[in-house]
Amino acid sequence: MKVIIGFIILWPFVGFLFNGLGRNVWSKKTVAFKATGYILASFICSILAFIQVQEQGAISVHYFDFINTSSLTIPFDFKVDALSSLFLLVITGVGTLIHLYSTAYMHEEEAPHYARYFAYLNLFIFSMLLLVLGDNFVIMFIGWEGVGLCSYLLIGYWFSNASFNYAAKKAFIMNRIGDLGFLLAIFWLIVKLGTVSYGEVFTAESLAKLSSTDITAITLLLFVGAMGKSAQIPLFTWLPDAMAGPTPVSALIHAATMVTAGIYMITRANMLFSASELTQHVIAIVGISTALLSATIALKQNDIKKVLAYSTVSQLGYMFLGLGVGAYSGAVFHVITHAFFKALLFLGAGSVIHAMHHEQDIRKMGGLKSKLPITHITFLIACIAIAGVPPFSGFFSKDEILAAAFAKSPIYWALGVIGAAMTAFYMFRLYATTFLGQFRGTHEQEHHLHESPFAMTLPLILLAVASAIAGALGIPALMGGNHWLSHQLIPIIGEAHEAHLSHETEWILMGVSVTIAVIALLIAVSRYKKQADEEPTSTLGKFLYNKWHIDELYNNAIVEPLNKMSGFLKETIERKVIDGAVNGTGKLVQYGARQIRLIQSGQVGYYILFMVLSLVLMIVLWFNDIAILRFLFKLTQK
Amino acid sequence: MPILNYIYLCLTLFSIGVIGVLVRRNAIIVFMCIELMLNAVNLLLVAFSKMYNGATFANAPTSTIGIDAQIFVFFIMVVAAAEVSVGLAIIVMMYRNTHSVDINFLNRLKN
Repeated sequence: MKVIIGFIILWPFVGFLFNGLGRNVWSKKTVAFKATGYILASFICSILAFIQVQEQGAISVHYFDFINTSSLTIPFDFKVDALSSLFLLVITGVGTLIHLYSTAYMHEEEAPHYARYFAYLNLFIFSMLLLVLGDNFVIMFIGWEGVGLCSYLLIGYWFSNASFNYAAKKAFIMNRIGDLGFLLAIFWLIVKLGTVSYGEVFTAESLAKLSSTDITAITLLLFVGAMGKSAQIPLFTWLPDAMAGPTPVSALIHAATMVTAGIYMITRANMLFSASELTQHVIAIVGISTALLSATIALKQNDIKKVLAYSTVSQLGYMFLGLGVGAYSGAVFHVITHAFFKALLFLGAGSVIHAMHHEQDIRKMGGLKSKLPITHITFLIACIAIAGVPPFSGFFSKDEILAAAFAKSPIYWALGVIGAAMTAFYMFRLYATTFLGQFRGTHEQEHHLHESPFAMTLPLILLAVASAIAGALGIPALMGGNHWLSHQLIPIIGEAHEAHLSHETEWILMGVSVTIAVIALLIAVSRYKKQADEEPTSTLGKFLYNKWHIDELYNNAIVEPLNKMSGFLKETIERKVIDGAVNGTGKLVQYGARQIRLIQSGQVGYYILFMVLSLVLMIVLWFNDIAILRFLFKLTQK
Repeated sequence: MPILNYIYLCLTLFSIGVIGVLVRRNAIIVFMCIELMLNAVNLLLVAFSKMYNGATFANAPTSTIGIDAQIFVFFIMVVAAAEVSVGLAIIVMMYRNTHSVDINFLNRLKN
């Protein structure tokens, strides 16, 4: 088993080395085949590990000691249990499909860049697997940093474009801010407990050693880390900008890897989080605010990828709401269903962009239904799934979170339903504007419209099937299911934390949220099936179109003052004070030397004069002694 | 004769020597002034020697007190003679090269 688990993570790394080092050697076909094959191999190993976990329960394997000092030992251990095996399947499964899709999507690239792309992609999967497999916080942190690095590399993949580089840097810096929180939490744990292994931290004894302040601080710091990685307020602005990368990368970041890391980490540490009431409230409030804020922004965006990006932020908000109200299994469930339909949406959007020759503005699309039949059907399924219409997958997971939110506070539920209605509205606005009505692009574009090749449609079809039926993983008890997923997760999160509602209440809640979502989507379809959205004219419309001016706010409140301060330090402190002092010393010595040099005139007479004068001076100073004066005085007396 | 007169004489001679060295440009005169200073010191040494020796002469005619100063004088005279031979040789060489014994020609090493 040790070998199989090792190979799960080794395959993508081999792929990274293979593609990265041989990027000038291999042909595009070899690269594509190998890169996809390695992830597929990793997927197969994950399935084997999953089956093993189903039969025997959690598996821990020890490889070597990563850090070994007298007081602190951090082993390099992997742990595959119900939670991580599920994540493994999602990451490698969706990852394989995205790799397959990329082989066709990136076909215009030159061979070395093509290989570079797949090398980064493999490294991304590798880092994410490391994050999920690690049996302690430090190994998780290595993977955590790795995905941050890979997202930077992939967002800035087209590095010749300055604004893409800017987006990449933004993603990296925002993530680093979060990482600092995570790192501090790890240090705090080490100081208080002297260990970071899950098996030792998540025990009743360890919990008893921590004061309530410690727990609150640690969980809040961990949450700061999750905020950065999972794009929550206030660190969410990098995710929409991350659209600068190639579309499959967006799918990878948004669905299978990266943003789910925060959810994974909090679910993993649920024992700590459940112990802090305050942190839970903070998480729930941040989650629901993020969900609503980004949903309102998504209502007015016209870039097909931007809408999807904000919808991801919004869905992540739901997941954090779930985590905050203690519905850990609901959050994980939503991660899984979201991975399917969001990957599908992004890949579908990629297919549209591919057909439209890199046009991303939905106002210039329309009527693509007949031209791209497979993309259309799969995209529609994804939209229904994300809108939460039964029996598609998004309904079950979102409903579970909303029910748990209702049990905690009806306000959370009401806000969640409003968010869900907005989700349905903007998704179907996107769908109707893109696929229904008349084509609004140029004739040339219309002429070139074509369905994507098989390598792109196959992932779409597979993901559409998954999006449609993934709800079966967690059919709630009142619908006759037994909620397989939450049973799976009992070893990690214990019995359900959330209060149980009566069946009538649950039915009513479900009915209300579904009805509202359906009404919202029907309005959206009827409004946008004929024409696209105009430029916003109302104040509110402009406000939403400009994303609440949050980027400008950050720019003015943080970036500009920092720039000003750096400018001041550079121009005044560095140039004038420090350089002035250093150069001044040098100048003083030079000036002094130039003056003193004049004394040495070369005239022997002057030298002698100085000799005499200094001898006289010496005599006066040295022989100014009372004994000598007395002697001279005695001589004069004779 | 009181010792003070010797001292005044020596100071005068020495000062003349110093001033001569400082103000004259003719190398030979400078040279002579240096000799003057040396001899002023010699004179002073002899004077002090005689003073100490003379104080004890009446009681002990064979006393050697103060004699060592006179030995010093001989040393100085020997050194001065050697110095004169080297110095004059330099001055002769200088004259051959520059047709002048002006001491300010000796700043040619400058720069």
